[in-house]
Amino acid sequence: MKLLWSSIAGFGRFWYRFIVGDDWTVAAAVTFGLLLTALLNATAVAAWWLVPIVVVVMVAVSLRRASPRRNLVRNAQEGK
Amino acid sequence: MTGLGLVLVTTFLASTVEAIEMVTIVVGVGSTRGWRATLVGTVSGFAVLAGVVAVFGLALSAIPIGPLRLIVGALLLVFGLQWFRKGVTRVAAHGLAGMRAGHIDEELAWTGPGFDWTAFVLAFKGVVLEGLEVAFIVVTFGVTANQLGSAVIGGVAAVVIIGAIGAAVQPAVARIPRSLLQLVVGTMLTTFGTFWAVEGIGVIWPAGDAAILGLLALYVLTALTLISLERRQAFGFSPWRNA
Repeated sequence: MKLLWSSIAGFGRFWYRFIVGDDWTVAAAVTFGLLLTALLNATAVAAWWLVPIVVVVMVAVSLRRASPRRNLVRNAQEGK
Repeated sequence: MTGLGLVLVTTFLASTVEAIEMVTIVVGVGSTRGWRATLVGTVSGFAVLAGVVAVFGLALSAIPIGPLRLIVGALLLVFGLQWFRKGVTRVAAHGLAGMRAGHIDEELAWTGPGFDWTAFVLAFKGVVLEGLEVAFIVVTFGVTANQLGSAVIGGVAAVVIIGAIGAAVQPAVARIPRSLLQLVVGTMLTTFGTFWAVEGIGVIWPAGDAAILGLLALYVLTALTLISLERRQAFGFSPWRNA
C-alpha cells in the first residue's frame, strides 16, 4: 500500500515538474488570467488582450526573481 | 486553422532541441561502452515514445475541438513558458553557443562479457526522457491543429537528421545553437498556447487567425527586451534595481 502511494505521488510529482516546472506562480497567473478572461467574456466584455499581458508581465517577474538566485550561484562559483 | 508549414516547423524545431541532447547521450554512450546494447536501448526508448504518441494522440482525438483547444492551449502555454524563460536566460548568458559536449566517464568503459545493461539503461533513459517533451509537443500541437500526421513527420524528421549528423560528425551536433532553438520553440508554443486557450474559452480574436502573427510579434519583442535586460545585468548594471 505504501509503495502504491509513493508511486502515485512520484507520478504526480513528475507531471507537476514536467508541466509547471520550477516557478508555479507563472502557471497560477496564467490559470487566473484564463478564468478572468472567461468571466469577462461571459459578461460580453472583449478580453482577448488579458492573457498576453499576463504572460509578458509574469515572464518578466519570474526572470527578475530568478536573477538574484543566479547571481548568488555565480558569486559562489567565483568565490565572491 | 493552423497551416501545415507552421505545424511542421514547430514540431521539427522542438524535436531538434531535444534530439541534440538525445544524440549526444547516445553517441557518447555508444562510443564509450559499445554500440550493441546502446542501439537496443535507443530502439526500445523510441518504441516507448511511439506508444506514448499513439495512446495520447487517440485519447486527445476523442475530445471535442472547443474544450480540447482550451485544455491543450493552457497546457502548451504553461509548458511553452518554461522553454521561453529558459531560452531567454540561456541566450542572454551564452549567446548562440552550442551545447557543452557530454562527458562520459572513461572508468565506465565496458570490457566485460555479455550484454551491457548499463549502456542499455543510459541510452534508453536518454531517449525516453529527452523524447517525452517532444512527444508531448507533437501530440498536443498536432491534434489541436488537426494535423497529427504532419506533426509526427516534423518530429521524426528532426531526430533522423540530427541522428545522421551525430553519427557522421559528432562534434557538429554540439555546435548547433540549442538555446536559440529552445527560445524560438518556446516563443511559438507560447503564441499558439495563448491563441488556442483564449479561443477555447469562446473569445473571438480581432483579425481572426492573423492575431497569431500579432501575438508572435509581441512575444519576440518581449524576448529581445528581456535578453537585453539580462545581459545588462550580467555586466554589473541592474535595470531591475533601478526600476
